[in-house]
Amino acid sequence: MILSLESIIKAHPFFADMPEKHLEFITSCAKNVAFPERFTIFHEGDPANEFYFIREGLVSVELLVPSRGATTVQTVAEGEILGWSWVSPPYRWHFTARTQQRTRALVFDAKCLRTKCEEDHDLGYEVLSRFVSVISARLDATRLQLLDIYGRHN
Amino acid sequence: MAAIIEPEIVERTLIDPMVPELFRIERLKRETEDTFTLDLVPQEESMKISFLPGQFNMLYVFGVGEVPISISGDPYETSRLEHTTRRVGVVTKAMGRLKPGDSIGIRGPYGSHWPVTEEDGRDFVVIAGGIGLAPLRPVLYHLMAQREKYKKVVLLYGARTPEEILYKRQLERWRGKFDLEVQVTVDRGASGWRGNVGVVTPLVARAPFNPSNTVALVCGPEIMMRFAVMELQKRGVPPERTYISMERNMKCALGYCGHCQWGPTFVCKDGPVFRLDRILPIFGKGEI
Repeated sequence: MILSLESIIKAHPFFADMPEKHLEFITSCAKNVAFPERFTIFHEGDPANEFYFIREGLVSVELLVPSRGATTVQTVAEGEILGWSWVSPPYRWHFTARTQQRTRALVFDAKCLRTKCEEDHDLGYEVLSRFVSVISARLDATRLQLLDIYGRHN
Repeated sequence: MAAIIEPEIVERTLIDPMVPELFRIERLKRETEDTFTLDLVPQEESMKISFLPGQFNMLYVFGVGEVPISISGDPYETSRLEHTTRRVGVVTKAMGRLKPGDSIGIRGPYGSHWPVTEEDGRDFVVIAGGIGLAPLRPVLYHLMAQREKYKKVVLLYGARTPEEILYKRQLERWRGKFDLEVQVTVDRGASGWRGNVGVVTPLVARAPFNPSNTVALVCGPEIMMRFAVMELQKRGVPPERTYISMERNMKCALGYCGHCQWGPTFVCKDGPVFRLDRILPIFGKGEI
């Protein structure tokens, strides 16, 4: 069964309870993409003008660490949102995103969405409040990682 | 295949619950750099092993001391015991130096168990962190042995690094099964690791189970269990169907000595497995 962009977006919890008019606009900013394995979706330092909803596959979020090379700090999997550097200046990616497997996603034109959010603050609130939840969950997870809970001292 | 042991058999009255039975080490298998599994057989050949998933034994290294360790083997196996532990203290370090053929004393099994025999027809989500997979492994053996009785079975497992994943070969075998969803994540990836990186708790949000019909079993560091419980509650799994396994300083294993008192409970006697709604007021409280 081929699902329309609209139905995929509506079914995702990230967009749950979003007013119809905002969903229509967001859908107009989206398109389907597919990436092969080991493909760099975006690169640290490049302009951040998109975000992604991973439909299938696995993406590693990497940071280049001198003497260690590209180091995966987190993976983003099916059903999750990838990328929030588009939300705040200087709108550049802080990390590199690379596929670990063949990956299908929806990509959203965040530059267009950002401009629209500045014009329509209701839309801006709807979008940013959802991103705050994603960022908060990632912050919790990162704090747990920092605690090294499986370490020998535990 | 033998039927799973019944609680009344396990709860038999021991002649003297403080006197250990003699067991012989058949094999000591290194799982990770600091974790090992003991395969133990009773010196009295006629003895039948029986326990319920989640229970623990007191293991006595002669001349060194006694420690509580969860049983990590197959509950259908009646001729041997398996215990996985980590070298962290004097006793477990001495235990790790024992060799096949050496003797060890065992008292048990003690404590409460995971609710596997009471929850037919449910989805099961099993969430383990680090060595917390060991007390949950008997549940997985049981769920796989009685697979037709349950709906979805999901294992979410988090380890520190790929090298510190317990029971790697078994996880790979289980991952190959169509009727068991296995998701593994590590806190720190390494070159060559192509799986999930991050803590185990976010896996709950995307795991394939029906929250309205799910039993959740959680074992790992206490802080990991707290975050796992939060994620389960977000998904709508009620505390009445969420179970956790607690760890405290257990000494007698019979509720006499009071070392493992946790609020109004004794972890050795009332736990280690607790239904979440029954301990919610004290779960995560630092001063208890």
